[in-house]
Amino acid sequence: MMILGLYSYWIVIALMMIGLYIIIAQGNLIKKIVGLGIFQTSVFIFYITVGKVEGGTAPILAEAYSQYSNPLPHVLILTAIVVGIATTALGLALIVRIKESYGSIEESEIQEKDNPKC
Amino acid sequence: MGILEHIIILTLLLLVAIAITRLKDLLAVVMLMGVYGLLSASFFVIMDAVDVAFTEASVGAGISTILMLTAISLTGRTVSPIGHKPVLAMILVIITGGLLVYATLDMPYYGLVDAPANLHVSPRYIHDSLHEIGIPNAVTSVLASYRGFDTFGEVVVIFTAGIGVLALLSVPSPTPQEDTNEIKSQNIAMHHQHLVLRVISKLLIPFILLFGLYVQFHGDFGPGGGFQAGVIFAAAIILYAMLFGLNTARKAVSLPLVRLVSALGVLLYGSVGIVSLLNGGNFLDYNVLLPDPVAGQHIGILLIELGVGITVASVMIIIFFNFAGRNGHLLNNQSRRK
Repeated sequence: MMILGLYSYWIVIALMMIGLYIIIAQGNLIKKIVGLGIFQTSVFIFYITVGKVEGGTAPILAEAYSQYSNPLPHVLILTAIVVGIATTALGLALIVRIKESYGSIEESEIQEKDNPKC
Repeated sequence: MGILEHIIILTLLLLVAIAITRLKDLLAVVMLMGVYGLLSASFFVIMDAVDVAFTEASVGAGISTILMLTAISLTGRTVSPIGHKPVLAMILVIITGGLLVYATLDMPYYGLVDAPANLHVSPRYIHDSLHEIGIPNAVTSVLASYRGFDTFGEVVVIFTAGIGVLALLSVPSPTPQEDTNEIKSQNIAMHHQHLVLRVISKLLIPFILLFGLYVQFHGDFGPGGGFQAGVIFAAAIILYAMLFGLNTARKAVSLPLVRLVSALGVLLYGSVGIVSLLNGGNFLDYNVLLPDPVAGQHIGILLIELGVGITVASVMIIIFFNFAGRNGHLLNNQSRRK
């Protein structure tokens, strides 16, 4: 019961850590954005699982149903998804400009160009 | 039923995420991100979050994949290997993950009716929203009315991101002389290869646009609303631009107009708030818009959802056109240098 009850949280944590690992360990900037995307989606999944009620249905009110899942996390995440794509686009735009001025999107090469001494 | 699909989809998500870490080809990574988005959308359907699933399917599996692809076409698709082994990162991640797992032992189990998260606020939304707001979709009532101010903030963030992309990537639109024959012939050659796609999408685009309008105005009664509708509407125009070339799309959709309209959406949203202030209520309190409070709520929600839809659609179009336009701009510069 404990494993079933907590399974989704553990997957969320695993996804979150994979995202974090990509952000820290990978040098490629696009890959970092992808890592941020994985991290972000794991938070979405967390919120939505918390709002789920066993035996409930989608929160579109009708007479035939009395048990609904919690609509509040749905609202928060719905807007977060669209804001997420807008900010991702901004990040990608920055990366495109970095590529144009540095000729590379690898973190190490960019650092080398910035201070050639170290 | 339910719990099995739940576990399968979550496990698949984990596998896709692991595959993404290991891959060196960015094209494959981006395609897997699309799969990841679609999987999480199906997970949201099982979790009863139909509105969220709708958004994630159109954004995570659709628009974001396209944006990443255009970005890769500008930056290159291979990841160069890192010299050192990221042991430190691994240790940090494992420790953080372990602590978080330890914290979950106190969490309420999945699906409990009396979990703390479900005891506050949400009973009011479920029991009272039908006679306070008068629309069946509780998600729309919370989004547009109870938390209308929050949503206003989100719309402003999206608008600001659109401005940011414009500031970073916008290039002067090509004048006829600059639009060299070389680029033109290149475009024509590329776009003539996809005859089947072109014919099919020409048939599909009107229906996608119509569907976008349906999602926009049916959001009160079923899953949908301004956010999803905006993305779907923009997707139709992006599809057109991808198959018929940017220049043709620029002729069909005037970009200065789109820029103007993106601001108008935010303005419409804010004006509804100002009008309710002038009528003696609070900011974004739709009850005072009309003599009958429920009718006031209806008109208020309709207007602000329209504002959201307009801004989201035009910002998505602006973002795509600027990314894709950058590509043509670079090609142009390269050919001139040669």
